[in-house]
Amino acid sequence: MKRILSRVAALTLSLGALSVGGVALAEAPTPQYGGVLSAILNPEPPNLNVALQQVAVTQLVAGKVYESLLTYSFDLKPQPSLAKSWEVSPDQLTYTFHLQPNVSWHDGKPFSADDVVFTYTKVLANTPRTRTLMANVESVTAPDPQTVVFRLKQPYSAFLHAFDIGGGAILPKHLYDVDTPITQNPHNNAPVGTGPFKFKHWERGSYIELVKNPAYWKEGRPYLDGITYRVIPDAASRRLALEQGAVQQAWLQDIEPIDQQRLAKLPHIGETKKGYEYWSTMLWIELNGGREPFSDKRFRQALMYGLNRDFIAEKIMYGTGTVATGPIHHNTRFYDANVKRYPYDPKKAIALLDEMGLKPDKDGVRARVGLIPSPYGEMSRRTAEYIKQNLGKIGVQVTIENADVGGWTTRMGNWDFDMAYNGVFQYGDPAIGVSRTYVSSNIKKGLPFTNTSQYSNPKVDELFNAAAQAPTEEERQKLYTEVQQILVEDVPLLWIADTNYSVFHNKRLHNVVTTGLGVVDTQSDAWLSKE
Amino acid sequence: MKKIGKFLASRLFKSVLVLLMIALFNFFLVRAAPGDPAEILAGQSGAVDAEFIAKLRTEFGLDRPMIVQLGQYLKNVATFDLGYSYRQQAPVTSLIAEHLPATLLLTITAFIFAVAAGVSLGTQAALRVGKWGDTVITTFSMLAYATPLFWVGLMLVLLFSVKLEWLPAFGYQTVGAQFTGLAHVMDVARHLLLPALTLGMFYMAVYARLTRASILEVSQLDFVKTARAKGLSERTVITRHVLRNALLPVITYAGIQAGGLIGGSLLVETVFAWPGIGRLAFDALLQRDYSVLLGVFFIASLIVVIVNLVTDILYTVVDPRIELK
Repeated sequence: MKRILSRVAALTLSLGALSVGGVALAEAPTPQYGGVLSAILNPEPPNLNVALQQVAVTQLVAGKVYESLLTYSFDLKPQPSLAKSWEVSPDQLTYTFHLQPNVSWHDGKPFSADDVVFTYTKVLANTPRTRTLMANVESVTAPDPQTVVFRLKQPYSAFLHAFDIGGGAILPKHLYDVDTPITQNPHNNAPVGTGPFKFKHWERGSYIELVKNPAYWKEGRPYLDGITYRVIPDAASRRLALEQGAVQQAWLQDIEPIDQQRLAKLPHIGETKKGYEYWSTMLWIELNGGREPFSDKRFRQALMYGLNRDFIAEKIMYGTGTVATGPIHHNTRFYDANVKRYPYDPKKAIALLDEMGLKPDKDGVRARVGLIPSPYGEMSRRTAEYIKQNLGKIGVQVTIENADVGGWTTRMGNWDFDMAYNGVFQYGDPAIGVSRTYVSSNIKKGLPFTNTSQYSNPKVDELFNAAAQAPTEEERQKLYTEVQQILVEDVPLLWIADTNYSVFHNKRLHNVVTTGLGVVDTQSDAWLSKE
Repeated sequence: MKKIGKFLASRLFKSVLVLLMIALFNFFLVRAAPGDPAEILAGQSGAVDAEFIAKLRTEFGLDRPMIVQLGQYLKNVATFDLGYSYRQQAPVTSLIAEHLPATLLLTITAFIFAVAAGVSLGTQAALRVGKWGDTVITTFSMLAYATPLFWVGLMLVLLFSVKLEWLPAFGYQTVGAQFTGLAHVMDVARHLLLPALTLGMFYMAVYARLTRASILEVSQLDFVKTARAKGLSERTVITRHVLRNALLPVITYAGIQAGGLIGGSLLVETVFAWPGIGRLAFDALLQRDYSVLLGVFFIASLIVVIVNLVTDILYTVVDPRIELK
């Protein structure tokens, strides 16, 4: 259930977001039709079937072609997408979705509730991300072509927060209910969806071209004639392309943090930090709790005190992150800032190490540990180098162990590490994106992105389980507040930063972000003003 | 002709052996790296569970004994079936076919530029040895040789794309322009200029230095003195006697360089967003996309082997004293 942070992602557009910010709507004069948006795509996605591939770039492109039942506002309230409305039964076991009328697939075939039932029962029920959700589901049925009913086995309070494009893109039954295995379906690379943009062409290594869907169900949308995603692998070339106007949109780490402040000052470049709310990636240092001395809480706390996280957020991340207070990102639901704090305090750190009996040897070293940086981006490597210096001051000698994606993934999965840089999506609700890192039922050796710190606390398990089923927001908040306090005291891993990414765009591009899914959302409201 | 036929048959046989060794080596090399494509793919699926990874491994054939996988791989290679990329969900041959032309266009252009400019500059420098013309060319070659490719690329972009706005900064063609015929050729040529210049610059410097040194060496030999003594024009002495002999090391280097060009193009392909095979291989390496990686390695080896074969034949054309054996 976890996700790697550097591929993390993004944001959106849309319906219903006026009350929260309307990043672009407030500034926008009358929208104009026409124009093709050129956006940065980095790296190139392996394929475009978002049911199989969750990397941010696949979601970015597929999010225009496919649609899910719901999208989410900046404050993470469910908003209509393919479902125009929905009801929840009083026992919270039945969710009924009413679909938009007059929706058709890009090949002209009508869209219906059968497509939704097929996608959930035959495709998504077998994908790692949505399997967990579907484990709560007893049945998915279509009483009529416009209605889909999910019947749950037990209440699951986060249910309505798992219908984003990444977890719930609806696929066309008539093209996927075939003998060919889904991994070899030709439409994975030439998707046919219901969204505002149709797939036209993919020139591998170069660009992906989407064109306007004139039969889109949402009246008068989209405004753009098309979107072209340009594959630009070099960071300096990406920045130049945006500066020169060759592309009009960049997100995540398309622009190196070191260049972001300068770029944002250019008169023709706009910046928004909205649109990452649903993902809310956190960066942290995973600790191998199965090894000495990490199994001792005092050692973990000492590391927290010994790390100058403000420096990392300000000087290494250049403001693309803020110091994390605990396991829940400040933009995720049920975040509570009222937890124990770990300011930079090397004296306290040393006192804790002394208390443990970890005395300095003749070289002044109290403990020797390894750290595997994330293979994604320079920022992780720079952070690792700083941590090495930082912890060296409290007598913890860090050896940086570089690994590429394969090595990093495998070593974390096999618990073959001391410390490892990682980051995951939070998916809007702690029951979906947070608990997986800390509950003991997810300690699974051999599997990366599970509870690889091997943290186990029955009280934490109990609180996470109760919160996932609690019927009201108030009850859930109470439970999540308590679990945050326990986790912050226990420090199962070192929370470094809540990411705070930006979307950079040419000011000709309006309504670039209108929902909590950011540029991943359909962008049917985005429009370009004339040169 | 019989001699050439025998030579070719012998070299072809050896080439097949070399390719087989390379295929074997590559097979074990890519599997020696930690992690496999199933793990990485599962990690990118938004969640991980054991059943899903096991299913992927079965689908990729990674659950079979190594020897079976190797046998299958060699069998496929023998029939030029390079397999299927489950990650990119496309046959490897079609992925390579999509990327190879761009790389060949880039490297061949860079190669021609490097040889033409390098040999000309080297010759001019040798003819003016010790004079200011020689100093200028030698200094320029030294600079071009010592400057990192990506830096040269970025500087060319800053000058020709940002300041002068003469040439596009990146890409293979103007997206969405729908050019056809000559307009398309011109469009690609405009995009090709900077990356080819960047890639060719380093090798040009190498050829210039090599040619200069070689000419100076050959000029001292007795047969050159004899040629002059018998009254041949300086032009004939240089073109027919000196250059022809001086080019041998240049040809040797060109053969060796074929592999380097394909590898070296990765940096240039990255800076200029050029959709070539270097980047395909690099991405495949990071994602442990075994079939793509092995496919690219195989095709690249094939190209190098062929180029070396051609180089050997070229020797005999340039220097009839060398016999095909």
